[in-house]
Amino acid sequence: MSFLHQDVSLSWYLLLSAILFSLGVVGFLIKRNLITVFMSIELMLNAVNLSFVTFACQWHEVRGQIFVFFVMMVAAAEAAVGLAIIIAVLRARSTLSVDRIDLMKL
Amino acid sequence: MNESAHLWLIPLFPFLGFLLNGILGSRLPRRLVSAIGVLAPLASFVVVLGDFGATIITAASSCPNCGSIAALALPASETLSYPWLAIGALQVDFTFVLDQLSAVMLLVVTGVGFLIHIYSVGYMKDEPGYARYFSFLNLFLFFMSVLVLAGNFLLMFVGWEGVGLASYLLIGFYFQRTSAADAGKKAFIVNRIGDFGFLIGIFLVLTTFSTLSFNQIAVRLALSPDWHGTVLTVICLCLLFGAAGKSAQLPLYVWLPDAMEGPTPVSALIHAATMVTAGVYMIARTHLLFDRAPVALWTVAIVGAATALFAATIGLVQNDIKRVLAYSTISQLGYMFMACGVAAYSAAIFHLVMHAFFKALLFLAAGSVIHAMGGEQDLRKMGGLRTKMPVTFWTMTAAVLAIAGFPPFAGFFSKDPILYAAFLQGTGGKFLWLVGIVTALLTSLYMFRLWYMAFMGEARSEAKHHHATPLSMLVPLVILGILSVCGGWIGIERFSAYLAPAAAAHRPMPTGNPALELLLGIAAVLVALEGWLIADKYYRRKTERPAEIAAALPTGYKLLLNKYYVDEIYGAVIVKPLLAFSKYVLGGMDLLLAGIAWLLAGIASISGMILQRWQSGNLRSYAAWLAAGAAAVLLFLLLTSSPHAWSLPFFHSETIFKVSHITVIQTGQAGH
Repeated sequence: MSFLHQDVSLSWYLLLSAILFSLGVVGFLIKRNLITVFMSIELMLNAVNLSFVTFACQWHEVRGQIFVFFVMMVAAAEAAVGLAIIIAVLRARSTLSVDRIDLMKL
Repeated sequence: MNESAHLWLIPLFPFLGFLLNGILGSRLPRRLVSAIGVLAPLASFVVVLGDFGATIITAASSCPNCGSIAALALPASETLSYPWLAIGALQVDFTFVLDQLSAVMLLVVTGVGFLIHIYSVGYMKDEPGYARYFSFLNLFLFFMSVLVLAGNFLLMFVGWEGVGLASYLLIGFYFQRTSAADAGKKAFIVNRIGDFGFLIGIFLVLTTFSTLSFNQIAVRLALSPDWHGTVLTVICLCLLFGAAGKSAQLPLYVWLPDAMEGPTPVSALIHAATMVTAGVYMIARTHLLFDRAPVALWTVAIVGAATALFAATIGLVQNDIKRVLAYSTISQLGYMFMACGVAAYSAAIFHLVMHAFFKALLFLAAGSVIHAMGGEQDLRKMGGLRTKMPVTFWTMTAAVLAIAGFPPFAGFFSKDPILYAAFLQGTGGKFLWLVGIVTALLTSLYMFRLWYMAFMGEARSEAKHHHATPLSMLVPLVILGILSVCGGWIGIERFSAYLAPAAAAHRPMPTGNPALELLLGIAAVLVALEGWLIADKYYRRKTERPAEIAAALPTGYKLLLNKYYVDEIYGAVIVKPLLAFSKYVLGGMDLLLAGIAWLLAGIASISGMILQRWQSGNLRSYAAWLAAGAAAVLLFLLLTSSPHAWSLPFFHSETIFKVSHITVIQTGQAGH
């Protein structure tokens, strides 16, 4: 934790987290490839992880770090399931374009 | 009170017959259906006969010197243990009462009913819907016995409505024919109009007496002997309106001629012998009320006399054999009303019983003719049937003589007391008698016209093939024929003595003398004979004369042939304005209700049209909305939280971060 003793204030970490999260959101919204969308979700998750860690440091709370472990764990599971779904979608529809996966439309 | 009469058995048997034939009938063999259908009324008849016989034996043994058979064991009353309605002080039970009046009525209903069931086995043999027919017929007997046995107005009303239902179902038995379906509806609707009056009468009874039980009303009336008119008159007029509906009196008779669309045995049982007499029975049953309402009683007499004459004139020119009999029934019911109107209730019931015999016989004989002619009902196409169907001919002859009032046939003994009782009632009574005697002339004329046209002369059409009449149809004819000949021999004196405890008028009756009665009787017979002679002249010797008369008096003939245009007048004056009004109201209501409905539907569909844009099925648009929503929530939180909270993210972060920095450092150092 010694690097926190430097003059890099916590707000920079939070700013970075927000930028990463926004990138994830934008990626999620504008990208058409399902795998890219999926990666954007991972990006958002990790952005949130960063803010968790930051706040954990700030308040000297171990709970924030525990949250990060949970998120990583769930993200790993989600990656496994999500990739499986993506493969299944690819097989079924021969495309990964989000715009053409619209079976839920009325 | 005799509690062992098992009165509940009487309606039960026909009801079981109705259930069995109604539910299982289509799957049972015809023999079994007929057995169930015929045994049900027979069982009821046996119970009634047992009760009836027991009362006479009891009376004879307990009072051997009384000389009258006024049964002491009656009335037998039975309250089924389950109370029906208990609302505040009002208590209505399932009470069955068997007194002299209902005993006589039940004998007719189940006895004649049983004979007609037997007849139906032969008549309906080749008809589809055989089981349906018998289940409805049993249903009718069930409701009719409830009506007759009822110990209070409400239970009577149940039976009243029930027989109306059975009548509707049976008139419309050939419901594939539009005319039959329409006739059923007409009968039901016209009866509903009458029932409206009956219901109002019942409500008035309830508010006046706070009870609906016939017994308790009798007690109340006995307690206040000076109570006459006013409310009682209104009640009685309402009841009369109901009775006029059910018994096809003016102005509500229009349904009965059309009811002839039903099978002929149904016409015999329901529309001649039993159901249509329910109005007469109801007046006799409630005669304690009518006795206190002279105005209402006169109205009954006038309605009856007017109907008797009115229907008889129409009957003169009808060409459908069943319609002639239908108008004859209306006319005879008019006689019964007239008898009720002069408080000669026993005479009315006596004529009711005799009429049940000979009119059922007339209908069954007509049915036999129609059966033999292969469905032909037009008198002009009949003729010469005398030799082809002797049993039908002779029984029909007995019935014609009976209804025309020749001694020693039944009609003579029952019609004369009515005319006599009317004659005794002052000046108005003389007028009633005159109407009655003219009606007797017309009755004799149209009955012999029917007789000549159907049985005498030459066959007027090539008979396709004459069906042989089966034994099951002949036996009831013969039995009813015997009753039509001998039934009247009971005599009105013995009959009214028996009926006295239940139906003697509770008001002073004028006394007559036997010589006058004999004179009036002779006059009536002479008049009937005159009717026969006229019919003989015009329909046997000079068959071209009726047509000449009709040609000479086209207006009068057309008026009669078209039944005084009453149906047309009702159609124009009541039905059409009502329909127009309903359409008007319906139009308004439509606009209102449909408007509301359309408005609601419109809101739903328009908002749906707007909202469905969100359901694009496009994943990224969902995500965009999700993000926008999250952003909006965040913004909302920021704007609504305290101004201090603005400092939390970055804007004034320096101080906070300095503080936190210090604490972090301190704790960090402490941690080391």
